[in-house]
Amino acid sequence: METMADIEWVLACYADDVPANGGACVKHGNEQIAIYNFARRGEWYATQNLCPHKQQMVLSRGMIGSEGNSCEPKVACPFHKKTFSLLSGECLSGDDFQIKTYPVRVEDGKVYIGILE
Amino acid sequence: MSQPTIVVVGNGMVGYKFCEKLVSRSTQFNIIVFGEEPRIAYDRVHLSEYFNGKSADDLSLSNSSWYADNGISLHLDDPIQEINRIDKTVHSLKGTVIKYDYLVMATGSSPFVPNIEGVEKKGVFVYRTIEDLDLIRDYAASAKVGAVMGGGLLGLEAAKALIDLGIKETHVIEFAPRLMPRQVDSAGSAMLQSKLKEFGLSIHLNKSTSEIAGDDKIEFLKFNDDTSLTVDMLVISAGIRPRDELAKLAGLQTSSRGGVIVNEKMQTSDECIFAIGECALYNSMIYGLVAPGYEMADIVATLLTGGDKSFYGYDMSTKLKLIGVDVASFGDAFVTEPECRTIVFEDSHKGIYKRINISNDGKYLLGGILVGEAEAYNILLQTVNNKILLPPNPEDLILGSRGGDTAEGAGIMSLPDDALICSCEAVSKLAICSAVNNGAVDIDDIKKCTKAGTGCGGCVPLVKDLIAGTMKANGQYVKNVICEHFDYSRQELFDMVKINKLKNYDLVLDHFGKGDGCEVCKPAVASILSSLWNDVIVKQDTIQDSNDRYLANIQKGGTYSVVPRIPGGEITPDKLIVIGQVAKRYGLYTKITGGQRIDMFGAHVNDLPAIWEELIDAGFESGHAYGKSLRTVKSCVGSTWCRYGLHDSVSFAIEIEERYKGVRSPHKLKGGVSGCVRECAEAQAKDFGIIATEKGWNLYVCGNGGSKPQHAQLLATDIDSATCIKYLDRFLMFYIKTADPLTRTATWLNKMDGGIAYLKNVIINNSLDINEQVEEEMQELVDTYHCEWKEVVENDELRKRFVHFINAPEEKDPAIKFEPMREQIKAKW
Repeated sequence: METMADIEWVLACYADDVPANGGACVKHGNEQIAIYNFARRGEWYATQNLCPHKQQMVLSRGMIGSEGNSCEPKVACPFHKKTFSLLSGECLSGDDFQIKTYPVRVEDGKVYIGILE
Repeated sequence: MSQPTIVVVGNGMVGYKFCEKLVSRSTQFNIIVFGEEPRIAYDRVHLSEYFNGKSADDLSLSNSSWYADNGISLHLDDPIQEINRIDKTVHSLKGTVIKYDYLVMATGSSPFVPNIEGVEKKGVFVYRTIEDLDLIRDYAASAKVGAVMGGGLLGLEAAKALIDLGIKETHVIEFAPRLMPRQVDSAGSAMLQSKLKEFGLSIHLNKSTSEIAGDDKIEFLKFNDDTSLTVDMLVISAGIRPRDELAKLAGLQTSSRGGVIVNEKMQTSDECIFAIGECALYNSMIYGLVAPGYEMADIVATLLTGGDKSFYGYDMSTKLKLIGVDVASFGDAFVTEPECRTIVFEDSHKGIYKRINISNDGKYLLGGILVGEAEAYNILLQTVNNKILLPPNPEDLILGSRGGDTAEGAGIMSLPDDALICSCEAVSKLAICSAVNNGAVDIDDIKKCTKAGTGCGGCVPLVKDLIAGTMKANGQYVKNVICEHFDYSRQELFDMVKINKLKNYDLVLDHFGKGDGCEVCKPAVASILSSLWNDVIVKQDTIQDSNDRYLANIQKGGTYSVVPRIPGGEITPDKLIVIGQVAKRYGLYTKITGGQRIDMFGAHVNDLPAIWEELIDAGFESGHAYGKSLRTVKSCVGSTWCRYGLHDSVSFAIEIEERYKGVRSPHKLKGGVSGCVRECAEAQAKDFGIIATEKGWNLYVCGNGGSKPQHAQLLATDIDSATCIKYLDRFLMFYIKTADPLTRTATWLNKMDGGIAYLKNVIINNSLDINEQVEEEMQELVDTYHCEWKEVVENDELRKRFVHFINAPEEKDPAIKFEPMREQIKAKW
């Protein structure tokens, strides 16, 4: 178990900046992080912006949605429609890819991403 | 015990597959791969696509991190020089020494170069690696006449490559009396030859080359029959030789004709050393295809992880597309009477040749050959391999059932359970049917739970038929639903959205769907909403595909391309200058497209609004190159300038393009107008094509270029311009309302009961009584046209969305890099 002390909460952007039911890309140092405003469910997610399939910095521009009876939240890469779970980062299209996910907190209209120290 | 070390010598397709299979079964091995080539394993089967725009990266079987992610240490550009079997060590060129527990040789083969005088001359090449292709491409730039030595499968691939490289005159020289001697018979070869001639290939059979002549570089070929041929370059494709030199050096048993001798476990004469793929000789045979190589890889991976599996030869049946011609050969293709009975079908007009060999008692199919049309290949191969009893009229197998009920798919369901459907991943019919019984409903489900169809993809149609057949057998209603979130077809949803006047995606999902939507239903509903209400699409940007979301086409590396509309391909010098200035200012790569307009590549998402502001100021509009909507109406120059032109095709093309611009449809739409029957606008390859006649226009519909070219079919003859537009209104609106998502007009028509006769009846005779309504609906779309880019440029809120970093809007994506090419740029990748 990770304790909260290990996580640094970084202010990423304002909630209004991220389109409803879509994503946007945030710069954190040299990293690119995709943030998703899953407004339909009132949920927020964050993952790496790089699609591991063809190494493209594009996941934030992908469509989000859900899959299966459990309504697993997912994002589809705009390049070749590989889909990834927003919860686990696992590739849902049957390929052996894994993307990084980050915890997200929204307070007072500000979006924070939890970065592991 | 420490992890056993496995050294893999060779990083080709089979070596890679072995690693993939091994790591998927166990992580307890220390795997070290040595490759001679400088890059990671790539797809050699589709090598010729390298000349059709695929990059080395596209051909890669994995990405650079795959090896590291799986704990495999990879040594590229570092061939093994020596195997010391006593110490159990390998020694690489760069000096690495590794102790192995098991050694897997996947050294592949090299092209066989016959010992002909002059083979060392400049301009003589082989065809095996990406490096070979680079050399060929560089040399071809200055060559006019090319030749390929060898008319086998690879030789014809190489000839295709030369044509693709723009060699005007390409010859194929074959020693045998026929092409593809291993796959087809003389009659099939003759048919293939006549098809290939149409593509500009000159074929010379029974020709044996005696000398490659010229000073320093190749100038001509001399043959044994005292004839000669002037050529600028030659590609030798005279067969393969197994790479067994390392094995020989290590004292392993090899054959005098080449190949490392292995047993049914792929073991060489040293039980710790295996050989797989094209270097292995099993039962005096080299298996020069990728599928048996993969099977060998599987056997060794199984063995090393404690399983038991053996190799008993492999079915060498094959189907491929050569220069646009389907060729297949399966089972015992060459058996002749009196050992069997053969049925032959030949249509020299269409270039089709089919032969099947059946047992003398008429019960079983033994094998056959297909040239020109090979759709039946999968089911025929299954019929051979599973010894399925033939129907009373076996000729139906190659002619199709004529008259009576067509029992489509029935043949597939009658396969035995153990029939191998996907040979790349070894998936049986039973496995697929069970997956369907357990809830899989489409090809994606099947790919996930069985891996069937994830290799070469050749079995996908068969798998789809099996899914439909199994579901039908279970009494499940097979319906063409959009996705898991909407239990309706696109046509049903279109009507429901219309009647309920729903204007946004969330409302549609709440009313008729479930869950949260996905990347399939979002753009499908977006297209429906657009075709119904024609609102500005970026208002609902997150349900659009990326291209529609940013109103530009996303390209490699994450930049976008910009295409302003140039109706009919007509443009003033002033506008050309503006495009040049804009491209220069923003550092864009420019290219003329196939649709007679100009594409500017390499734009950062941040720059798009400013680029469009300048273009719009100069009078340009969005070209909708990013949308599932009308692209271009291509035209020839027509009667205003051309001495053959009958009517003014440019003016008519502009009128039509202006009319339908911005109309959103299930898939993209392309049109063409030709001013005479010479058809310079290639209108018959378009979704709608118009060709001038003495009396008016002929209207063709539902043509297609692309991967499955199809000529458009004649809808109406000698009609005037007003009638032509009326028919087009009806045709396009009928398509928009009834087609499945992402279905081009050609596929839509192919699936339509009654085909073109039915469509004619709807559009010309108003058989559905919808014409008045669809004409009104189309007029509504025409009247509500807006330039999407103008809307964005003039709206600060919408402009703000065109950024890469939401928290650093001024900054561009630092991951984007370019490199120079021919005085312009290309994406660095």
